[in-house]
Amino acid sequence: MDLNYLLQLFISGMTRGSIYALIALGYTMVYGIVQLINFAHGEIYMIGAFTALIVATVLNMTGMPGIAVFAIAMVVAVVYSAAYGFTMEKIAYKPLRNAPRLSALISAIGMSYFLQNYVLLAQTSDFVSFPRLIPKFRFLEGLGGMLSSTQVIIFLVTAVVMVLLTLLIKFTKIGKAMRATAQDKTMALLVGININQVIAVTFVIGSAMAAVGGVLISSHVGQINFYIGFIAGIKAFVAAVLGGIGSIPGAVLGSFVLGLTESFGTGYISSDYEDVFAFIILVLILIFRPSGLLGKSQKEKI
Amino acid sequence: MKKRLVILTALAAIALLAFVGCADKGPKTIKIGVAGAHTGDLASYGLPSVKAAELVVEEWNAKGGVLGKKIELVVADDVCKPEVATNTASKLVGDKVIAVIGHICSGATKAALGIYKDAKIITISPSATNPPLTKSGDYPNFFRTIASDDAQAEVDVEFAMKKLGFKKFAVLHDKGDYGKGFAEFAKGYLDAAGAEVLVFEGIQVGAVDYSAIINKVAASGAEAILYGGYHPEASKLVSQMRAKGMKTVFISDDGVKDDTFIKVAKEAAEGVYASGPVDTTKNPLAVKATEDHKKKYGEDPGAFFLNAYAATQALLNAIQKAGSVDYDAVTKALRSEFVETPLGKISFDAKGDAIGVGFSVYQVQNGVYVEIK
Repeated sequence: MDLNYLLQLFISGMTRGSIYALIALGYTMVYGIVQLINFAHGEIYMIGAFTALIVATVLNMTGMPGIAVFAIAMVVAVVYSAAYGFTMEKIAYKPLRNAPRLSALISAIGMSYFLQNYVLLAQTSDFVSFPRLIPKFRFLEGLGGMLSSTQVIIFLVTAVVMVLLTLLIKFTKIGKAMRATAQDKTMALLVGININQVIAVTFVIGSAMAAVGGVLISSHVGQINFYIGFIAGIKAFVAAVLGGIGSIPGAVLGSFVLGLTESFGTGYISSDYEDVFAFIILVLILIFRPSGLLGKSQKEKI
Repeated sequence: MKKRLVILTALAAIALLAFVGCADKGPKTIKIGVAGAHTGDLASYGLPSVKAAELVVEEWNAKGGVLGKKIELVVADDVCKPEVATNTASKLVGDKVIAVIGHICSGATKAALGIYKDAKIITISPSATNPPLTKSGDYPNFFRTIASDDAQAEVDVEFAMKKLGFKKFAVLHDKGDYGKGFAEFAKGYLDAAGAEVLVFEGIQVGAVDYSAIINKVAASGAEAILYGGYHPEASKLVSQMRAKGMKTVFISDDGVKDDTFIKVAKEAAEGVYASGPVDTTKNPLAVKATEDHKKKYGEDPGAFFLNAYAATQALLNAIQKAGSVDYDAVTKALRSEFVETPLGKISFDAKGDAIGVGFSVYQVQNGVYVEIK
């Protein structure tokens, strides 16, 4: 088919990829530092979306312009989700810091169920409409509907978040401490790094990014319920593993590979097999690069 | 001593024979079987039919019955299992019923139908929706007062092609039993009618973004989408299509004909078509039947109550019009006579599907579903 079609599929793949990346970063950062797969991460994404929905509904009543509502809802969702991430770490993971890794994993699964059911009971089990917070941009009309304003915002926000994250990790003191903790927890402790603080910050940053993803995708899709975090979380987890879990550039690369695979698979073959493509790619990459695209191979300590 | 016993036995036997003979000369009642799941997991589907038949029969008996005879119901349970249903059917045949209201489940109905066919017993199901029961033409004794599974697809396809004049379609579904079934029937009807099905695919439920499949539909040049599935995915698809400025008409099924769809999709829902059961809430007979049920049983009627009510009414009406309980006369009357029921004015077509029962197409107009006549 023609080039225009290819470009459209590319754009939808990038949209998916951006969302996966925002969630996958949280998985990979946490894994890099505490070797824990935080299964409740998808739920943080969902809580971010719900928070934004509540804030936006209230603000929309005041008649504020859409983009301002969007910005405020986003900030509140980020703060709120970050607080959830922080609390979750303190309650569910910190007491298990020195327990076998399996215990923390089970605790994460429990946390995931708890948060899902908490939102189910406190909010609703139905799908609820999410307001279209992002106005239509005039300059996109010339493109003939190829790119929607939500997609533009998704790309922009994702890019900004990633640049900020890279700067934070490369050039700040806490970033340096995070890298040190990821390399060797005991050594980091010995040189005077406050590990508890580093881990808490990691959870806060990861949760904040998940919330950004939640708000963006909800205003793109237009509806949310308590269960959205599960599927998005699983896909993002696959993306993180694909790119090499623990590696930040890997998570981003894995997300785009996954998003584009799904999009082109749907476009050129059939959407019947969308998930099949996603998992075939995962299997293939793990066969040839067991630690993921950019993951470092783990050397067994003797 | 022994002799006396023999004589007594013989006498008893003669007396019994005489008794039976007497009953045989002219049955005083007309027997109608009511079969379905009355116990077990699916009892809630079968019991309302028994109550419906009871209510109708009571009303007719109060007026003197049919053809001057009282109507008697013979209730038989099949637990919704095909292997039990054959026994149930044999029992009803043995009881000399002239017709059966039932069975409830499609599988059990199919198992029992052969037995009724051989015994020339009319069978009217209020709930068996499996298409081949009527469409195959194997069971001339079978009728039903519910639309078959493929009726929605047929109604939607006919509407899209005849009323809206479309020729090129994209058929999407959610890969579930219901949605995929609808999509496959729709594709069958579209192919038969000579329309082009340009895309036929299942979508991933719960995915974060549907723009890839939407682009595919847009690129295919389809004029309308027929979607089989439920409202959450439908509203995502429609919202994303409209956000892209795509005007492709969206036509769907009963799973989308839900107010939640409109609440969630908002402006994007405007103009969407969805099929749903013909509206009976304003039918005075339906209102009355429901009231009677509440009065007698102290609760709201259950599943398929109105369908069973209509089935019993149609049957008794046909017997009345035919003037006899003869199989051929009654089946002919069922096919030719229209009768007022809670489901509207109904009759049966040559294959046994009810005319006047089924689905209409609704369209979202100003935030509500409006039936399109």
